[in-house]
Amino acid sequence: MDEATRTLIDALVADARESTADLARQTGLEEAAVETALAELEESGALRGYTAIVDWDELDEEHISAIVEVNVELDRETDYDDVARRIAESEAVDSLRLMSGDYDFAVHVSGSSMGDVSRFVSEEVAPLPAVTKTVTHYVMETYKERGIAFTDGDDDDRLSVTP
Amino acid sequence: MSGEDRPDGHTDGGTEQTPEAGGPTDGTDGSRFAPADRVASVAPSGIREFFEVAETRDDVISLGVGEPDFTAPWPARSAAVNSLERGRTSYTANRGTEELRRAIAERVTRYDQTYDPAEEILVTTGASEAVDLAFRAFVNPGDTVALPTPTYVSYEPGVRFAGGEPLPVHTRHEDDWALTTEALYDAGVDEADVLVLCYPNNPTGATMDASEMDAVADFCREHDLLVVADEIYAALTYDGDHESVATRPGMRERTVVINGFSKAYAMTGLRLGYAMGPPDAVDAMTKIHQYTMLSAPTTAQHAALAALDRCDDDVDRMRREYDRRRRYVVSRLRELGLPVAEPGGAFYAFPRVADVAPDGDARAFATDLLEAEGVAAVPGTAFGTGGEGHIRISYATGLDDLKEAMARLERFLS
Repeated sequence: MDEATRTLIDALVADARESTADLARQTGLEEAAVETALAELEESGALRGYTAIVDWDELDEEHISAIVEVNVELDRETDYDDVARRIAESEAVDSLRLMSGDYDFAVHVSGSSMGDVSRFVSEEVAPLPAVTKTVTHYVMETYKERGIAFTDGDDDDRLSVTP
Repeated sequence: MSGEDRPDGHTDGGTEQTPEAGGPTDGTDGSRFAPADRVASVAPSGIREFFEVAETRDDVISLGVGEPDFTAPWPARSAAVNSLERGRTSYTANRGTEELRRAIAERVTRYDQTYDPAEEILVTTGASEAVDLAFRAFVNPGDTVALPTPTYVSYEPGVRFAGGEPLPVHTRHEDDWALTTEALYDAGVDEADVLVLCYPNNPTGATMDASEMDAVADFCREHDLLVVADEIYAALTYDGDHESVATRPGMRERTVVINGFSKAYAMTGLRLGYAMGPPDAVDAMTKIHQYTMLSAPTTAQHAALAALDRCDDDVDRMRREYDRRRRYVVSRLRELGLPVAEPGGAFYAFPRVADVAPDGDARAFATDLLEAEGVAAVPGTAFGTGGEGHIRISYATGLDDLKEAMARLERFLS
C-alpha cells in the first residue's frame, strides 16, 4: 500500500464523512485520483462501508446492545462458516467474529429492548443444532467505539500559545 | 550587580519591568531587583506577549501551540508512575542514568550518529537546558553566535544571557527557508564563533537536504565554527530521513547535537532532553549542569527509557497524523492565497501574510485575526527579524479545529 492510500484510509477511519476535496488536501492527491482510489478500495473489498458512530444515550431512543458468546460443536457436515452465515442473517447482529479462547463466536447484537436481544438469542441462536451454549452480556455503558471516545472531547488543557 | 549596590533601593520589587512595558532598563529605577544588564537587554518573548492576549478570550482556536496535542504514550506514563511507586525519587548520576544514556546512544544510530554513552551524552532538563548549557559552556563574552532567522525564540536570549552577541542570518521564503552559504557570507558568519542550526526548523518547518547540509558543513570547517545543532524535531521529518550536520566529515568534533523527548513522544511537561558531543564538549556542559540542575528529573528519565524501548509505534502514528494535517493546512493556505513553503518537518507552517496584512505587519494581522475570528497564530516577528511578514501556524491540533480555523481565516481574508 502506498503512502497516499494509507493516509486516505487514516482520514476515512477518523472521519468517513470527509469530503473528496478535504481528502485530496490531506493526501496530496488530485480529487479525481481520490475518487479513483476510493473506487478501487471499495471494489477490492478493503473498504466495506461507511457508518456512523452513535452515542444512543444522547438520543431520546431506547437502545440495548449486548455481546453474546456462542459455543458450537461442529460435525462433518457443518463448519464454522456455516454457523456464521446462519447467525449473520439476523438484522440484530452488528458484528460477528470467530474467536480463540473459551468460546467460538462473539456476536455483537442490538435492539430497542432487552426483549429483542433475548428473543434473538433464544429463537435465532440457541436453537441452531451446532450451538451448545450461549452467554449474553448486556452493555451497560459505552466509553469508546471504533476509536472514538464517548466524552466531550473538549479537554485540551495546553496553554493557548507556547514556544 | 546586586540590588544592595544600587542607590535609593526600596522593597516593592515584585513588579516586572520590561523594555516593551516601558520600564527602565538601566537599573536606575531604584528597585532592589533591577536586573543585570544582560537580562535587562533582553525583551520579553513575543510569544508570551501574544499568549497573554489570547488568554483573554474563551472562544479561541489556538494555532499558536508549540507542543503535541497527543498525550505521552501510555508505556512512558506507566514507567513514570511505576518509578514513583517503587520510590525512585533520588538523584541520578549527573549525566543521567547509564541505562538511559545507552538507550539514547542506540536510538541515534538511526541518524548515523555514534556517541559513547559513558562520555559523550548528557541527559538534561529538556532540550532547552541543553541549549542553554551549550551557550554558557562555549560562548565567551563578546563572542559572535550566528542565528539563522526566523528561528526558535530562546536562542537569542540564551546567547545574550551567556554574554555573546547574536548575529542574525536571514533565510528567505523564496528559498524555502534554506540556509545558503551566500546568506552566511552576507551576514558575516565567516567571522563568527558559533553557528546555531535548528532543523527541522521551528517556526518554518524547513529541513536541510543533503547538498545544503554539505555546503553548510564545508563552510563551518573552513571558518572553524563551533556548531550547536538543535534536532528536537528530528523524529518528525516527513519527506525522507532526518540528517544531522554532525554526520558530515570533520563536523562531529565541532558540533554539539541536542535532542529530546518533548516533541517526538509528546512529553513536553516531563522536561527531558539530551546533548551529545565529543567528551570535552560534554564535560564542559556537565560541569555547569552538575552545579545547577545536578541531574535531570529521575521520574522523567524512567519515562524516557520506556519511550525509547516501547513507543516507536506511537511515534509513527503521531507522525502520520501530523503529516496528514500538514498536507491539509498547506493546501488550504495556498488556496486562500497565502504563499507557504512546504514544511519538511516539525509541525508548523509559516505562511506569508505581508501582502494582506495592514502595512504588511504580521503582528497587526495576527492581532486582528485573533480579535475578529478568535484564531490565535503567532506573529513571525516573535522568531526574529527574519519572520517579518509571516505568521506561524501550528498543526499540532485536531483536524476538526484546523478546518474550523481555516474557515475562519477564509472569512477573515474575504
